[in-house]
Amino acid sequence: MSAPPHEPGAAGSAPADITADLPAKAIEGRSPGRIAWLRLRRDKVALVGGAVVVLLVLVAVFAPQIVGLLGHPPDQLHEDQIDPNLGTPIHPFGGISRHFLFGVEPVNGRDMFSRVVYGARVSLLVAFLAAVVAVLLGTLFGIVAGYFGGWVDALVSRVMDLLLAFPQLLFIIALVSVVPDSLWGFTGSGVRMAVLIVVIGFFGWPYVGRIVRGQTLALREREYVEAARSLGAGRGYILFRELLPNLIAPITVYTTLMIPTNILTEAALSFLGAGVKPPTPSWGQMLATAVTVFQADPMFMIIPGLAIFVTVLAFNLFGDGVRDALDPKGTR
Amino acid sequence: MTDEAQAFLSVRDLKVHFPTDDGLVRAVDGLSFELSRGRTLGIVGESGSGKSVTSLAVMGLHGVGQYGRGRARISGEIRLAGQELTTAAPDEVRRLRGREMAMIFQDPLSSLHPYYTVGAQISEAYRVHHPVGKAAARARAVELLGRVGIPRPDRRFDDHPHQFSGGMRQRVMIAMALVNNPDLLIADEPTTALDVTVQAQILDLIRDLQREFGSAVIVITHDLGVVAELADDILVMYAGRCVERGPAERVFRAPQHPYTWGLLGSMPRLDRERGARLTPVRGAPPSLINVPSGCAFHPRCPYAELTAGASRTAVPELREVARRHFAACHLPVADRDRIWEAGR
Repeated sequence: MSAPPHEPGAAGSAPADITADLPAKAIEGRSPGRIAWLRLRRDKVALVGGAVVVLLVLVAVFAPQIVGLLGHPPDQLHEDQIDPNLGTPIHPFGGISRHFLFGVEPVNGRDMFSRVVYGARVSLLVAFLAAVVAVLLGTLFGIVAGYFGGWVDALVSRVMDLLLAFPQLLFIIALVSVVPDSLWGFTGSGVRMAVLIVVIGFFGWPYVGRIVRGQTLALREREYVEAARSLGAGRGYILFRELLPNLIAPITVYTTLMIPTNILTEAALSFLGAGVKPPTPSWGQMLATAVTVFQADPMFMIIPGLAIFVTVLAFNLFGDGVRDALDPKGTR
Repeated sequence: MTDEAQAFLSVRDLKVHFPTDDGLVRAVDGLSFELSRGRTLGIVGESGSGKSVTSLAVMGLHGVGQYGRGRARISGEIRLAGQELTTAAPDEVRRLRGREMAMIFQDPLSSLHPYYTVGAQISEAYRVHHPVGKAAARARAVELLGRVGIPRPDRRFDDHPHQFSGGMRQRVMIAMALVNNPDLLIADEPTTALDVTVQAQILDLIRDLQREFGSAVIVITHDLGVVAELADDILVMYAGRCVERGPAERVFRAPQHPYTWGLLGSMPRLDRERGARLTPVRGAPPSLINVPSGCAFHPRCPYAELTAGASRTAVPELREVARRHFAACHLPVADRDRIWEAGR
């Protein structure tokens, strides 16, 4: 190999041929987030799902205003809407009318629209916060187990196996029956919701933890992690500044797919009577009540069922879209 | 070993062993060398000869139990500016990394974090060791980017690694390694992943920066052309041991070990006649679990017969054959000179 021409007089400046003639126009760099957004924007199905998700969130946030405009207070009784002999709504299809958009509840005549809207609050809040709890715990334990390995990994992994094998539904039902009426400064339905969030989140973290641990195992051997260490980076820096950004994509995807599962879990628990307490409306609880009058008033079951169905479907479609958009190998 | 006193980095009888299920891997087995400020040492050898393991040991990057993955057994002495590193607390060594010693890796793309801009990575490396604000760190990073020959450093500061070419990325890596003004720079195969033309530029850059910063540099490579460009001294490694060490010019002009001859003979040269065949070193590098008895090179050595069986039974000592020029070979010195001259 022959030595390239080297001018000592240049006093260490870079070879001139590199710095010359670069196009003046700067090429805009696209960050990973921007690339994902551009991909997501082209995915129509995901966009529809996303729009419905946004709409549902808005509905939950502005429930009092929406009900004020289009409905009646959720606990107000409308016995004039109920056939006194049969106990069913006087109007057909569950009492749907101009004033009662989703009809009324049999027997006591409460406005279904208001109850579905307020039910969205419970469902989304529980599902979202439980997902947050699961993601925080799962990320923390997963990254620590994956990076440190050894006995730390063994311990965390066994705990995760244990929790995954745990009959969580039965546990929650048993737990709810012994939870006092006021706890952690909450009372009534607040207690139930807090318990649901903590318990669903607690049983959800091993799923996140496994994914994060696996990814961390692969990432920690990357050369840039070695390079960061060679520059004197500490453990905390490597864990949360070097490794965590690469975990954002799988964590985001898993979160968007975990929320619908949590909605279903919350509905199931409410259906079984372990969810929020009446009179706070919840979709699962409405389904449970509807079971008894199903033959006389099927609409009472269909409306909350549809609400759950649409919500879960929208989240799943959106989650799939996010996953495709964040997949670096995606071609769309 | 006269300049041992003022040596900035001194490695004595370094052993790095990895216990595995198949047995003990002796990746580095009794290596010693010294390096002063302002000098460049080239460590040469085949894959698996222990070059990179040595550099990671110096950096303390596979210390005992560190970060839960280092199962390496390290013994011997590594002294940096008089401080013993093998027994120092991991956190102490961590503080030295980056500030006193830094490293350039082989593949600049995989050594840069894909998520952050190069500027953020360089200024972060600076702020780990200096209590300065973001603006000051940015200024320092821009200065370094310009210093390593990145055009428009203030604008390129905000670019991500994938927006740079291979050579430019390696410049970024060098800027990052130098941002804290380390006294020891280890370049582990710094040009292997680069084009030949870019290679020459990067080597030039490393040489210029060394002159300017006055650091001690270790260049690890399997490419003798690279060390010919950069190194003041050359250390040839084989199976975790040093087989020859000396001033670069001496090692190229009068190499004393058959393995060095093999390396030189397998390198294309312009002053050979056209059509002359390259002579590769026969055979494959030995397993580091079952290192051959005696001289580890004897199964591949064409001249093993001339040692009257010594190379099979006794491990050759590193002996001084000329001033500061050492070789570990059983061949009589007269025979070595004769064979090397005949083979040229």
